[in-house]
Amino acid sequence: MTADNAIILGLVVPLAVAVLTPVFGSRPDIRDILGPLGGIVSFYAAMTIALAVLNGETPEWFILSISEGLNFSFKVTPLGAVFGLVASGLWIMAAIYSVGYMRGNDEANQTRFNAFYAIAVHAALAIAWSGNLLMLFIFYEVLTFSTYPLVIHKQTKDAMWAGRLYMGILVGTSLMLLLPAVIWVWIATGSLDFVPGGILAGKIDPGYVPWMLALFAFGVGKSALMPIHRWLPAAMVAPTPVSALLHAVAVVKAGVFTMLMVVVYIFGYDFLSITGGSVWLIWLASFTILASSVIAIQKDDIKARLAYSTISQLSYIVLGAALANELAAKGAALHIVMHASAKITLFFCAGAIYVSAHLNKVSQLNGLGYRMPLIFIAFFLASLSIIGIPPLGGSWSKFLLMAGAADNAMIMVIIVLAVSSLMNVWYLLEPVIRGFYLPEKSPVHVEKLPLVVIPPVLTAILCIVLFFAPWPFLSLINMMVMP
Amino acid sequence: MIEWMLHLPGIIVVIPLVMAIIVALLPSRLGWLGAVLGSGLSFWAAIVLVMHMLEATAMTRISYYLGGWPPPWGIEFAVDHATTLVIVTITALGFLSTLSGNTLIFKDIHDEDKGRFFAAWLLTLGGLLGLVMTADAFNLFVFFEISSLASVTLVAMGSGRDKRALVAAFNYLVIGAIGATFYVIGVGFCYAMTGTLNMVDMAARLPDVANPVPVYIGLAFMVSGVMVKAAVFPVHFWLPPSYGYAPMAVTSLLAAIATKASLYVLIRILMTIFGGIADIPLLIMQWVLMPLALMAILLGTILAIYEKDAKFMLAHSSVAQIGYIVLGFGVATMAGVQSGFIHIANHAMIKGGMFIGLGGLAMAVAGKTDFSSLAGLGRRMPLTSSGFLICGLSLIGVPLTAGFISKFYLVSAIISAGYWQIAAIVLLSSALSVIYLWRLVETLWFSPANESETRLPEQPMIYLPLWVLAGANIWLGIDAGLITGLAKMASITLFGGIS
Repeated sequence: MTADNAIILGLVVPLAVAVLTPVFGSRPDIRDILGPLGGIVSFYAAMTIALAVLNGETPEWFILSISEGLNFSFKVTPLGAVFGLVASGLWIMAAIYSVGYMRGNDEANQTRFNAFYAIAVHAALAIAWSGNLLMLFIFYEVLTFSTYPLVIHKQTKDAMWAGRLYMGILVGTSLMLLLPAVIWVWIATGSLDFVPGGILAGKIDPGYVPWMLALFAFGVGKSALMPIHRWLPAAMVAPTPVSALLHAVAVVKAGVFTMLMVVVYIFGYDFLSITGGSVWLIWLASFTILASSVIAIQKDDIKARLAYSTISQLSYIVLGAALANELAAKGAALHIVMHASAKITLFFCAGAIYVSAHLNKVSQLNGLGYRMPLIFIAFFLASLSIIGIPPLGGSWSKFLLMAGAADNAMIMVIIVLAVSSLMNVWYLLEPVIRGFYLPEKSPVHVEKLPLVVIPPVLTAILCIVLFFAPWPFLSLINMMVMP
Repeated sequence: MIEWMLHLPGIIVVIPLVMAIIVALLPSRLGWLGAVLGSGLSFWAAIVLVMHMLEATAMTRISYYLGGWPPPWGIEFAVDHATTLVIVTITALGFLSTLSGNTLIFKDIHDEDKGRFFAAWLLTLGGLLGLVMTADAFNLFVFFEISSLASVTLVAMGSGRDKRALVAAFNYLVIGAIGATFYVIGVGFCYAMTGTLNMVDMAARLPDVANPVPVYIGLAFMVSGVMVKAAVFPVHFWLPPSYGYAPMAVTSLLAAIATKASLYVLIRILMTIFGGIADIPLLIMQWVLMPLALMAILLGTILAIYEKDAKFMLAHSSVAQIGYIVLGFGVATMAGVQSGFIHIANHAMIKGGMFIGLGGLAMAVAGKTDFSSLAGLGRRMPLTSSGFLICGLSLIGVPLTAGFISKFYLVSAIISAGYWQIAAIVLLSSALSVIYLWRLVETLWFSPANESETRLPEQPMIYLPLWVLAGANIWLGIDAGLITGLAKMASITLFGGIS
């Protein structure tokens, strides 16, 4: 299969899953196998594409021309290949996990859930492989709208309110800030293509650069920069498979991926660095990293704690983009991979604890570690990866980000990263310590549900593998920064 | 060019008018078939004409004069590239509304009245087509009156359900008459100064008028008269009650095409008839139309957010959407006028589809359209409600729908012209419009239904036309070249009159 066809395959398969799911709505066994199967095919397509990109090709799927110089087409950049691998690969795990979780919890409307889940993955892959900024914007919106039914899945008053907040912030910011930013680039340069080194240099007055970057930074609400982060904790009302794949991987990573694409391929980090237009964003991202860590420490609800941890970690990537140098951009791109695999593990664990023991508070976890050892060990390993301790994948990206900060001679940023790691230790290891070192308060009944235990174990192993073999991703990321 | 094709500009208008008379004489039960035939033939004629215009690139204007009297003395119908998009939009939406019309009438109109109802329906359609086709300023007034009187009749037929329809129709009649009178007074001024009623002839003579003051007064009268008809803020207030109290079938027809024809006339008057006069039309566009359009956009959107009845909500939203079209015209650049034309076509598809869909949903709950009656209907009527939702997403400009193309071109035109603040207002209001659409989405899908959650029967004559429109919204939202291309030619043609 050629890489060009792989794009078609990778995008059509999730849609086919979405269409076939209601068809088999009355036969749950067939319906529920569609997701994992779709994940495997999409991941195969994503690997084909990534290999082609590594060979120096540019896989492309041209559909039609919108107007002069603007195509409705997909065209894979090295960074897009990375994000495509992450989204489709983790979809396999999440789809398997989702079956166990939804059935174990006896959730209603599982058909609707599976269908929109697949559409959301389709949108994430389309974002990864989009050929220009307009395509990226289009599927960014599709992703928002397709995840709405997932956020309000429970249809309780809380869920409906969370849905309004979700739509209000994500649609509001993207329509009012991101869209004009895209149009501004279009009018200024007459192009929206992703070009290594950027297209804006010399096309706009350097004085406007901070403003345009602000339109992007706040327009991309999915990257959850403070003060537009409120939607993410609110979205935790959704079932855990949604929080795991979408609100730790696909949706939020689509946000930071957009920021990184804009900085690398639209502004060009050299241009951004010369104009100094991103200095304010470095400080805002640093503030978000610390402030959300402080909030995370205070949260007793496991998912809320993980949500604020996600906000903090997303700002690492925004920070890497804002530092505007090669090392930091590499670190940010690698952090997409490392954080995705670690955070999805954490959410899988939180969901597994909820569905098998019906506990959702950190303070309830005392002594549970011996009852669910695999889950707690997976949680521990993923926490270490996020903290950035070898031999886990997260240490590479944190190392590159610190090196990037050192490159800009920004001691304060290095301190921020270090302090944030210490706070990670505090709020991520607390559940593990309670699980293994504190005595059980009252015995709880723990169900055995293999479908929700296997995926977190596999993704935890992935975190270790990524430490010893980050090369596929590193080679792609190196290609991203090559002129 | 084949000989008979030269008659097409006339044929498009004459077919619905003649069919109206036939339908009125035929038995009532044949009324709908006659209307389908009339609107369908008219649509077909428009397609043939436009295809021919596009093939023969040298063909910039097809003129047809009634009774063999050549212009400037005889009455002329004319088609040029500024007309093509509008004529196809109006005939297509007229045809689709007619298709669903008989089902949408539901219990609003007695069977024995259907003949007269569809006669008035065809007169409305014919009158609106005449507005677009005619090249004679006084003849335009005649078509204004035909379409107004016929559509007032249609609105008044809503009185079977709610007597307030009569008040709405009366207001519509009086305000419409004032608008038409203003227009004809304006024509009188210009006729006095130029001695001609043919638009092209008038446009040629107006710049040479020695004393321009009466011409300016005439322009002011004509523009304000047409603004009433097009429901431009602040003379839009007849529109929400008329749409709200009219039978649903009528609302779907009027919302899709009625104001579109008048908007086309508005830009035609400014740029074709008065295009030769330096600066004045441009000043009106930038300093009158643009501020009023912004007011309409904000007011319509906010009123729609607070509305408790879906039909009225969509009517208020129409006021805002007309504002978007007028705003595009008001920017007064090539790109701005183009975006206005794009939205004329797209909004017709959007609102036509939404009212047809809403009508289909309302039929399940005895024709009621308030939010509490509609609760949970989305799950019970999936075909109708999903088509309705696609048109709704297009209304708020979600990517991959036609509405996004409208918004992209409008905002691009505004930013290119340097109006940053106005772009901000447009984007704000488009974000606000998400609120009112989302109230509908929550009501239809995520509120508990009033009765049990059984599937309700859906009408094929509702969901088939609806899905044609929903499909068109998606297709033309991706492959936007057809509409943007025709709109660009329209804009270039109109600017040919100025530069």
